[in-house]
Amino acid sequence: MLEKADQLFVLLRDWVVGFLPPGWRDAAGVVLGVIGIVAVFPGLFAITTVLERKGLGRMQNRIGPNRTGPFGILQPIADAIKSLTKEDIVPLNADAVVHFLAPVFLVVVVFMGFAVLPVGRNMVLVDMDASLLFYFAMGASTEVSIFMAGWSSRNKYSLLGAMRAVAQMISYEVPLLMSSIVVVMMTGSLSLVRIVEAQNQYTWGLPHWYIFTPWGCAAFVMYAIAATAETNRSPFDLPEGESELVAGYFTEYSGFKFALFFLGEYLGMLSISGLGTTLFLGGWSAPLAALNWVPSWIWFFSKVMLSIVVLIWVRGTLPRLRQDQLMNFAWKFVVPMTLLNLMVAALWRFLGEGWARWVVCSAILVIVYVAAGRAGMRGKHFGPRTYRYAE
Amino acid sequence: MLGEGILKGLAETAKNFAGSFVSAERLTTVEYPEQRIPTAENARVFPFLVFDGTNWEAGMRCVACQICEKECPPKCIYIEKSKDKKPDFVGKMQIYPAKFDIDVSVCMSCQICVEVCPFEAIKMDTEFELSTTDRFGGLLFDRKHLAKSNGYYHKIHPTEAAEVDARLAEEKAKAEAKAKAAAAKAAATPASGSAPGAAAPDAKAAEDAPAPKPSGGGE
Repeated sequence: MLEKADQLFVLLRDWVVGFLPPGWRDAAGVVLGVIGIVAVFPGLFAITTVLERKGLGRMQNRIGPNRTGPFGILQPIADAIKSLTKEDIVPLNADAVVHFLAPVFLVVVVFMGFAVLPVGRNMVLVDMDASLLFYFAMGASTEVSIFMAGWSSRNKYSLLGAMRAVAQMISYEVPLLMSSIVVVMMTGSLSLVRIVEAQNQYTWGLPHWYIFTPWGCAAFVMYAIAATAETNRSPFDLPEGESELVAGYFTEYSGFKFALFFLGEYLGMLSISGLGTTLFLGGWSAPLAALNWVPSWIWFFSKVMLSIVVLIWVRGTLPRLRQDQLMNFAWKFVVPMTLLNLMVAALWRFLGEGWARWVVCSAILVIVYVAAGRAGMRGKHFGPRTYRYAE
Repeated sequence: MLGEGILKGLAETAKNFAGSFVSAERLTTVEYPEQRIPTAENARVFPFLVFDGTNWEAGMRCVACQICEKECPPKCIYIEKSKDKKPDFVGKMQIYPAKFDIDVSVCMSCQICVEVCPFEAIKMDTEFELSTTDRFGGLLFDRKHLAKSNGYYHKIHPTEAAEVDARLAEEKAKAEAKAKAAAAKAAATPASGSAPGAAAPDAKAAEDAPAPKPSGGGE
């Protein structure tokens, strides 16, 4: 019974496909998988938007949306109807074709990233050998769509926002990749399915998730930072800093195209949280051996939603960075730390089993972190701003 | 240590998040259409015309002097003078506005009309829900729409209304005193006219009586 609940969607697909002639079954199975992804993740996007608006409201001591439906839970539907019925404006001087293609391209590549994410036991659309590589290829393509949007709009704010976005995303792509490489080093595979399987083991009932190792924990923190920047989330939301750039690269978008950008951004968040879950939080594996009876997909989606909640929490807390702070942080702190983490992961591998590698690796990471933090903050003045000539 | 401030900030927002569920006084907002925060006494939104008594047409203080119309920076006031006259609050015959329109969509709530009005006839309202589905007629308020009683004025701006009432009462008392003096003079004049030779001190008194006339500023 529990076995069936775990494989519910797989069995459902096989049952539906069983009605078709044998030659069509493989293709139909893939189509059903795509339909599942296209239905589930936008649904999560809707939940995320209402969660974010209500959560941020509570953090600011407000109530948040509370009019549409009980406790405002129908707000995403109202938003969807609104954006669908709004006029779709294309600026007169804009490059209409590229302007149209940009949001479509964004949503398409973001959806393609989901194809390789194992959302449960045996639940992955394409089990590629190099699925991590494929995922990063798709993730990097979103930059193209953002630049398409900024360039084709022919608006200074759009272009500035797109330039910022591209600079930021390229800078943070490096730590994102490097913090993921340690996982590949340990697993010996680029396949996300293999990576989850490697973490799905238990000692004394506790899981072998990579976040519970010194290098994995460090890599997870840096992955989280880079992922936040990669999805243009606060505190790294400079590309759409509304106080400076109206709305950044999608200033000139309205109606459903704007909704597509919004969708693409949140789907990117969900997908990068899904990848982080897969790499460091054990994917669909249960947090305790005793909880293995719970269907695997429930674990995957609860971990993803937990990551989303943390992202919302961070957004409610931190103010936006300045462009130079953003770049300094990426190139002077996160990238060197990920490089160090690569060395630490290698050391962990060659120190062999035992407690010695825990002490050595943790000590190196903590000492360097504290020292780098001290060095970086030396000579910086914190506290209320002082003015030399004004006042 | 690096990241300490971020953790402190996260703790703060978590405290706010949890606290907003527990204590209602943390919430800075109210559920607007059902709950309302009372408007401040000095709140001003849009002018209205004050009338005394119960009949808005008879009690309207406005005498159609058109000062507000001329002073209004965005020129949102339109006044037409009446051909006939009606008595004002002291009983003097005055013209009144046959037409007094204010365009809500043009008014900028500057209160200059209130400052310049010598008759305390136009005051600022605190009513702010002025939206309408008719953007032409619905946004042009005529004198009937604008007229609101002195009692209403007392309700929304009690301090200011009390001052205005005191001032008007003083003016009325002065006018009455003047009228009495004029009546006394009228009574005295035939007396002095009947005995022109023997009334030197009387004539002096009669000259004294209308002395406040220019300061009264009546006609």
